Amino acid sequence: MVNKVLTANRLSDGISVWLDASGNWVEQLQQAFIARHAEAVTALEATGKLAFEDNKVVDANVVDVEEVNGTLRPLRMRERIRAEGPSIPYAAGYNGLAGPNFAA
Amino acid sequence: MYRYDEFDHAFVSSRVDQFRDQVERRLSGELAEDAFKPLRLMNGVYLQLHAYMLRVAIPYGTLSSRQMRMLAHIARKYDRGYGHFTTRQNIQYNWPRLSDTPDILDELAAVEMHALQTSGNCIRNVTADHFAGAAADEVADPRPYAEILRQWSSVHPEFSFLPRKFKIAVTGAERDRAAIQVHDIGLHLKKDENGRIGFAVYVGGGQGRTPMIAKKIRDFLPEKDLLSYTTAIMRVYNLHGRRDNKYKARIKILVHETGAEELSRQVEVEFAALKDTELKLPEADIQAISTYFAPPALEARAEGWESLARWKKTDPEFSRWVHQNVQPHKHPDYGMVTISLKPIGGIPGDATDAQMDAVADIAEEYAFDEIRVSHEQNLILPHVALADLEPIYRALVVAGLATANAGLITDIIACPGLDYCALANARSIPVAQEISTRFGAPERQAEIGELKIKISGCINACGHHHVGHIGLLGVEKKGAELYQITLGGSGDENTSIGEIIGRGFEPEKVTDAIETIVDTYLGLRNDQSETFLAAYRRVGPQPFKDALYGGSAQEAA
Repeated sequence: MVNKVLTANRLSDGISVWLDASGNWVEQLQQAFIARHAEAVTALEATGKLAFEDNKVVDANVVDVEEVNGTLRPLRMRERIRAEGPSIPYAAGYNGLAGPNFAA
Repeated sequence: MYRYDEFDHAFVSSRVDQFRDQVERRLSGELAEDAFKPLRLMNGVYLQLHAYMLRVAIPYGTLSSRQMRMLAHIARKYDRGYGHFTTRQNIQYNWPRLSDTPDILDELAAVEMHALQTSGNCIRNVTADHFAGAAADEVADPRPYAEILRQWSSVHPEFSFLPRKFKIAVTGAERDRAAIQVHDIGLHLKKDENGRIGFAVYVGGGQGRTPMIAKKIRDFLPEKDLLSYTTAIMRVYNLHGRRDNKYKARIKILVHETGAEELSRQVEVEFAALKDTELKLPEADIQAISTYFAPPALEARAEGWESLARWKKTDPEFSRWVHQNVQPHKHPDYGMVTISLKPIGGIPGDATDAQMDAVADIAEEYAFDEIRVSHEQNLILPHVALADLEPIYRALVVAGLATANAGLITDIIACPGLDYCALANARSIPVAQEISTRFGAPERQAEIGELKIKISGCINACGHHHVGHIGLLGVEKKGAELYQITLGGSGDENTSIGEIIGRGFEPEKVTDAIETIVDTYLGLRNDQSETFLAAYRRVGPQPFKDALYGGSAQEAA
C-alpha cells in the first residue's frame, strides 16, 4: 500500500498544513503522521472531515507519499510544491517556505 | 481618471462592512465553508496551493500614484513584499490571511479600489488598451466607455449569476492592444462616415479549453446604444448559455452552437425592445464620464528632441531602452513608456513593494500621476515628455525596472502556474525564467526582433498561450510536467489561434526546443524586417516540425 498523509489549508490564513501524530496541524510535511495501512488511512480521512466541519481547516485531503532516505516525498508534484513552497526564489528577503534544496 | 462620487464611496464601503461581517462569522464557525466560498469569491478571495490569494481590480488598468502606493503598502503590510500583475490588468497577492482581508479591502476603499467581480460568474474587470488616451493611432479614448460598462455591470442583479464568467475588452485604436477578439465581448471604437463615434461589436471569443476567435455581429453600433445592445447580448447569453456543463458554458460555445447569424438575430430582437429605454446613454452622461479621462495638459517640450539625441549618443544602454520601451505619443514631444516587469531570468509580472513605490514616485514627478497595467504584464507611463526620459530611465535602473525588452522574446507572459495555482498542472514561471535567461543577451534579442512567448500552466489559458507567437501549455503526463508548443497565435487586430506543432517537451528540453524554433525562423526569414509571426504565416508549420522532430515518429505522438 502507498503511504499517505493528511493535508489541508488552515482556515484563518490559508497556509498549507499537515496532521502530525499528536493530532496537531503543523506547517512541515516532514512532521506529518504517516498512515501505513488501510485502517490508518480511514482514520485520517475521518479526522480531515471532522477538522473541516469543525472549521479549523479547508480543502482537507489524504495524499500519497514515499519515504526517501528518511525524508517524506509526496508522489505528485503539486503536493511537493505545496510542501516546499514555490520552486523559485519569489520574494527577495523572504525565506519562510522556500527550502534551499527544492527537488522538483 | 475617474473619481468616486458619494454613491461609489458608500457602495464600496458598505461592501467592505458586509464582507467583514461574513469573514468574522466564518472564522467563528457560524458560517460553513460551502456557504462562505461564494461570498469570498465575490470579493476576490481565492484559496490557492499555499495560501489564500486576493485579486484586486484595476479597472481598465488605470492607476494613480496614490493607488500604486497603496498596492505597495498592502504587499508590505499584509503579504510578503510583492504582488503579481495579471493578464487581466489586475494585481494578485499570493499570501494574504483571510482574517486580514477585510482590513485590506478597507485600505483599498480609501484609495477608491476594490476586489469586486474579480471572480465568479459575473461581468469581470473591463479591460482596455493600455495606451488609451495617448496612442497616436487612437480614434477615441476607450476608458470612458469601459467606465460606463463598469458602473452598469457592478453588482448588476440580472447578470450576477451568469452561466459562466464574462469578460469585456475595449480598444479605441486601429492596432488592437487589448486582444478584443479573444474576449466574450470585444468593442472596437470607431467613427462612421459622418464622424460619429460608435463600436464594432465582436462576440464569442475566448481562450481556455476551446479557443475561439470572436465573430463580428455589428459593424457600427452608435455610442448611445452601448448599454442597451450589451444588455441584449447578455440577455441572450443568460437565457441560452449552457448551465449543464461548466466547460461549455461560455458565450463562445453558444455562438459556436447557435451560429453567429442566428445569435445576432436574437440579439437584435432583444435590442429592439431595449434601445429606447432608460439604457439609452444620454450625451450629457457620456460627456460627464469622458471629462474624468481628459488628457493632461501637455505643454510643448521641444527641447527634449535635442537632449534625447545627445543622451542616446553617450549611453548605448539608454539608447536601447528608448528604442525598445518608448513608443510615439500623439503629442510629438512626448512618448509612452513601457516599464518592463520581465527582468532577464525574473518572474513575469511580479513587482516588489519598493518597485511599486518607485513607479508611483516616478509617475508623480514626471508622468502626470498616471500609470497603466498592460495585459502583457508590464506597467506603462502613458504621458512622458522626451525631455524627461533620461531621469526616468536613471530612476528605473535604480529600481531594477529598466529592462529594455518590450515586445521581444524575453517579454514573456506567464501565469503563476503550479508554483501557486490550485488549478495548474505544470509550472510556468521557471520555464519563462529559463527561456528569458537563454535569450537574455540584448544583441540576440534585437536580432530576433518581435516575438511574443506566452505560457500557461493549464488549459484555462490565463497565460494566453493560444495567442502567443510561440505558445507553451503545461500539462501533466504520467505524473510529470510536459510542455506542448503552439505556433502562429496572435492576439491583435489579426487574431489567430496557435497550432499545436507536435509532441510535447519535458521541462529540461523545452528551452532547447524554443531555441530550435527561433533558429529555424532566423534561417528562413526573408530579411530582418520579416517578424517571426509573418514568417510563420508565410511558410507554415512544416519547417519547424522538421527542425524539432526531424520527421521522426515523435511528431505524431
